[in-house]
Amino acid sequence: MKPLNRRQMAWRAAQDIDSGLLVNLGIGMPVHAADFLRPEVDVFIQAENGVIGAGPLAAADKADPDLVDASSRRITLRPGASIVDSAWSFAMIRGGHIDITILGAFEVAANGDLANWDMRVRDKGPLVGGAMDLAACARAVWVIMEHNTRKGDPRLLERCTLPLTAVRCVKRVFTDLAVVDVTPSGFVVRDILDGLTRAQLQERTGAPLSFAPDCRVLAPPPLPDAE
Amino acid sequence: MPIDKRVKSAAEALADVADGSTVFITGFGGAGFPNVLIRALRERAPRDLTLVVNSATHRYSLTHELIEAGLVRKVICSAARGHSKELSPFEQLLKAGKIELVCLPQGTFAESIRAGGAGIPAYYTPVGVGTDLTRGKEVRRFGDRDYVLEEAIKGELALVRADTSDLYGNLTFRYAQVNFGPAMATAASLVVAEVRAVASEPIPQERVQLPGVYVDRVVAVREKAP
Repeated sequence: MKPLNRRQMAWRAAQDIDSGLLVNLGIGMPVHAADFLRPEVDVFIQAENGVIGAGPLAAADKADPDLVDASSRRITLRPGASIVDSAWSFAMIRGGHIDITILGAFEVAANGDLANWDMRVRDKGPLVGGAMDLAACARAVWVIMEHNTRKGDPRLLERCTLPLTAVRCVKRVFTDLAVVDVTPSGFVVRDILDGLTRAQLQERTGAPLSFAPDCRVLAPPPLPDAE
Repeated sequence: MPIDKRVKSAAEALADVADGSTVFITGFGGAGFPNVLIRALRERAPRDLTLVVNSATHRYSLTHELIEAGLVRKVICSAARGHSKELSPFEQLLKAGKIELVCLPQGTFAESIRAGGAGIPAYYTPVGVGTDLTRGKEVRRFGDRDYVLEEAIKGELALVRADTSDLYGNLTFRYAQVNFGPAMATAASLVVAEVRAVASEPIPQERVQLPGVYVDRVVAVREKAP
């Protein structure tokens, strides 16, 4: 079976989101998770710019330049939404009121260290935004990322090689090959791609894997890849 | 004399801005950029400014014009990356060592401004501990967690975009326009608001999002600047 595409990875992460939670979705693949929540699930999505209850993207004729999310996307509000200012929004994040944040990443270490903000591109200015606040303070930090770089190097590592966003914060990683929990004893595989052997998955991972007793097969529905 | 904070033009509102000022500029995610005031500040052209702005490079903000005009000595922000592969004018200045940069996690950026306006000189936050952005800063353990000491930010001028004002300077904001407005307005000694419209009647108290006591001058602008 083919590795998951970006939408399928977002779909898989969305399956683990339960009703009643306050969720923050990062730029890129994570925002797509909002499209794949289980039908009975009712959640509020927080955006760092203070929107609590972000809805789907606005239709072109309804888009309002003042109603945007943290990625500058013109959005709608869900029923019951509210908007606070930035200081309050980050007090909400730091205060542990965000149940789950799903972030993109470059690397995750077996101790939960996260690297997702600085690729060390020469001479380009830094861009950290709210990544460190979310990673350090959300009650659960989940990551969606490809299991390997384009060159084939593993992104799940013993130690991160890129600058850290936060230490010991990641709880769960959704990749195109597996779902991996970060536990006190390292990476534990919860789902593995249909047709991939445990040895093959280990070969593509930069730290030892163990497998949950109830490790399941990862078999997403067919979905077109994200742009 | 009854209070009336209206000023006829952005130029008039910024006529007395001094060289070396620390200037807050609102806006995030495409909403709430005071672009009429930013352009007027460029024309007024005070030098050696320190800008406190979430993004030094946002494509909808005119902040970059202040930087390109050579008015800026230092930028405090959470985002300073240009959008294209080529270096932005800001990145070129940075590479040449001609501009100073302080990059903060966005929540630290916001809280430092809030603290500045709330009489708190410094505070401990868990954000950034163990990362390059807090290297050299004091770390202290409370309970079972490490926290880093961050200092408040105060300034001479805040440029705030809002939706409506009344004669008292009470402000309302549309949707996500509010972002850094309330915090920045508390941390600056001179606060100038750019609004879509000034109401002749007082804004009902339950609709006021920023009390006018924080706002010194209000400029009504019909259209947003490009």
